[in-house]
Amino acid sequence: MTTPTIEEPDTAEAPRPTKRARRAARIAEAASGGWKVLLFKVIALGIIDAMALYAILVLVQSDQWVIAGVVLAVTAFANWIYFSRGHLPAKYLIPGLIFLFVFQIFAAGYTGYVAFTNYGTGHNSTKESAINALMLSAQERVPDSPAYELTIVEQLGELSFLVTDPDGDVRLGGEERPLEPVDNAEMDGGKAVGVPGYNTLSFAQIVADQQRIADMSVPISDDPNDGALRTPDGSVAYAYVSKLVYDEAADTMTDTRTGVVYSDNGTGAFTAPDGTELLPGWQIFVGFDNFTRAFTEESIRAPFFSVLTWTFVFAFLSVFLCFAAGLFLAIVFNDPRMKSKRYYRVIMILPYAFPGFLSALVWAGMMNQEFGFINVVLFGGADIPWLTNEWLAKFSILLVNLWLGFPYMFLICTGALQAIPDELQEAARVDGASAWQVFRNIKLPLLFVAVAPLLIASFAYNFNNFVLIYMLTGGGPRDVSAGVNVGATDILISMVYKVAFVGSTADYGLASAFSIIIFLLVGTISVIAFRRTKALEELV
Amino acid sequence: MSDLKPGAPAARSLLDTVAAADDELTTATPSTATGGGVRGEGKLPRRTFKRYFRETGWRHLVGIGVAIFAIFPLLYIFSASLNPGGTLLTANALFSNFNFESYADLFNSPRHPYGAWFINTLVIGLITAAGTVILGALAAYSFSRMRFTGRRFGLTTLLVVQMFPQMLAAVAIFLLMVAIGDIFPALGLNTQIGLIMVYLGGALGVNTYLMYGFFNTVPSSIDEAAKIDGAGHARIFFTIILRLVAPILAVVGLLSFIGTASEFMLASVILIDPEKQTLAVGLYKFVSDEFSKNWSIFAAGAVLAAILPVALFLALQRYIVGGLTAGSVK
Repeated sequence: MTTPTIEEPDTAEAPRPTKRARRAARIAEAASGGWKVLLFKVIALGIIDAMALYAILVLVQSDQWVIAGVVLAVTAFANWIYFSRGHLPAKYLIPGLIFLFVFQIFAAGYTGYVAFTNYGTGHNSTKESAINALMLSAQERVPDSPAYELTIVEQLGELSFLVTDPDGDVRLGGEERPLEPVDNAEMDGGKAVGVPGYNTLSFAQIVADQQRIADMSVPISDDPNDGALRTPDGSVAYAYVSKLVYDEAADTMTDTRTGVVYSDNGTGAFTAPDGTELLPGWQIFVGFDNFTRAFTEESIRAPFFSVLTWTFVFAFLSVFLCFAAGLFLAIVFNDPRMKSKRYYRVIMILPYAFPGFLSALVWAGMMNQEFGFINVVLFGGADIPWLTNEWLAKFSILLVNLWLGFPYMFLICTGALQAIPDELQEAARVDGASAWQVFRNIKLPLLFVAVAPLLIASFAYNFNNFVLIYMLTGGGPRDVSAGVNVGATDILISMVYKVAFVGSTADYGLASAFSIIIFLLVGTISVIAFRRTKALEELV
Repeated sequence: MSDLKPGAPAARSLLDTVAAADDELTTATPSTATGGGVRGEGKLPRRTFKRYFRETGWRHLVGIGVAIFAIFPLLYIFSASLNPGGTLLTANALFSNFNFESYADLFNSPRHPYGAWFINTLVIGLITAAGTVILGALAAYSFSRMRFTGRRFGLTTLLVVQMFPQMLAAVAIFLLMVAIGDIFPALGLNTQIGLIMVYLGGALGVNTYLMYGFFNTVPSSIDEAAKIDGAGHARIFFTIILRLVAPILAVVGLLSFIGTASEFMLASVILIDPEKQTLAVGLYKFVSDEFSKNWSIFAAGAVLAAILPVALFLALQRYIVGGLTAGSVK
């Protein structure tokens, strides 16, 4: 920018306002605000407070006390800020900061936390719910067990079983709520058909909700080993017990049919002596395991290092090629004698304006091996595997990224070249320098000072250029020998995505560990590079 | 150029370049007309072709070559979209057919709810862009005009936080949205409000830097004059400052809109139902499911999806220059 910035140096803080100045400011403030502003403020905050109150109530109901406390604290803080005088900067900063904290800073911290756990398929909840899930999944009907007369009742959308035991006792229970005796049930010929406070489901309602009712499993007592009641039809319930028995004292699961004892030996799942695990397991803290796996476990290390190398090569070559092309074009078109530059410029900007994900998909179509335009028309029906051969796929990615990226570099370089004063060039020419010398020794260094930060930003961007890789080749061709789902053109970020979200198994812990590694790499490189460009700036 | 803020590359340089390029249009043309002493050849009535070619002709050759490279894929996809019922193979016969049937088909297939994707993208993009502009401008105003403890720290923190882009935290964001969805189904996984909130998490940062730089170029004497006239900070901000910095608001809004509209990773993780997805997610799934069969329908979808960003981009060039030359300083 040519316009001067008018930032005051930070060290020279403005002098403390005098008492009179503060009072004047207050009066001006009050005079300008008026009742409309105040009304707006009250209404806006009122809406926010109402939503926060609702959120707190819901959170308390589901026993999320910590989060409820945080919401309460944040809301109270915001109210205090906006209704007190002063705290002006905070009034302007809070809205953005709240989003920043939740979805960026907290998310970053949470990534760090997940990286130290075994979170993923088969390990996604607490031990308690894993035990419940295991016992539920292994439930079998008790042979010759008595039939319990059953009425399905509903309260606030939640279904319950109203059960009449064969000996006449009436009990009520629901999903994860063990049966409890009821004494005021409405009876109809020895069968409880209703209970105050609950609606009895009609036959039609039972039919409509059949699947949900068939999936219900109501524990008979607090001890999971006692089994649960399930109903096939909504009118009679039978006792089911799990073929797994949980021994709380020994912390083991025993399979009653095979007699195998599965014990918790700290791996986040019940494990038999021969190493077979019962899944689902639960989430545990595994320390640096995920990082160690990335660097030592052979089936992950080999693909990880090849992906790491390719990420660097890809990011560096992309920046280099785009910059070289952009600079070349900027020089070519920076000639005052050339006419109709404007038309070229508009056409050249188009790839930059075209949405990136579409470009990648379009190119993927053009590079299709059998039907694509490039093979069929340009190469006269050749069968070149642009996207399925390891090296050609890498080449294709660089080519497409060149197409995507050179306009931006062209714009930047044009701007930077035009910002270099002509006098420098004239002076050098007077001193007898050749055109090449002028360019090499004067223009290029000056240009670099201006564009170096942008090149670093561009490097960081390409380091995480997920869309291009994922849409063009999907990371393929797949490396079948690898222990994780990666291919020859995957970069780190697409590997993170595939490990976490693609395929039937997900390993959030490992994916988060990769995220942390990427962050450390990009962060380090950026810091070093910025230091060096600062040095460059001082040099000139 | 040398005072470019590292975190604020794209739009800042865009501003400069476009402004410079347009200056050049008005200033450079007369200078070529008068010939202006560049090695004296302007005085000659006519250059020989050889000379012309050595000096400028080859530049046009380069320009034509690059223009073909740049525009070809776009022409290709446009041609494919005009070829109804076409596959990848038939798309190779460029402009052999002119028919807008694919565009109609696009909106009539239940398997790919293109209309819904388009509207979702617009809604998510516009709300995110508006939110980003508002949150960013509020923060930039306080950083630019107020002096408070932690100001420098805040500015540096914003830069540092940007080094951990939201994409890296996709796993954590996914798990967070699952947790939120358990308690507030309206805000959690598979909701567009949730996705917008996630995007707004990145509203500060680069954008704030960009606007901060621009806010600083508006003289604070304007604020002070208004203050003397009795305006409070809110009135100054909303009625004076925001109008003066309109060009940068437009740039940030546009960049945010384009960025949101083509964001794939988070959108694909958070939005699950096909009717809730955005164009990026929907079109990708569509293409990867039935790649070569319905190429012309995809092409039509791509053309429609690209028109808006490209048009905005080209239109905004003029707007930026207009904003700059009209000037905020009296």
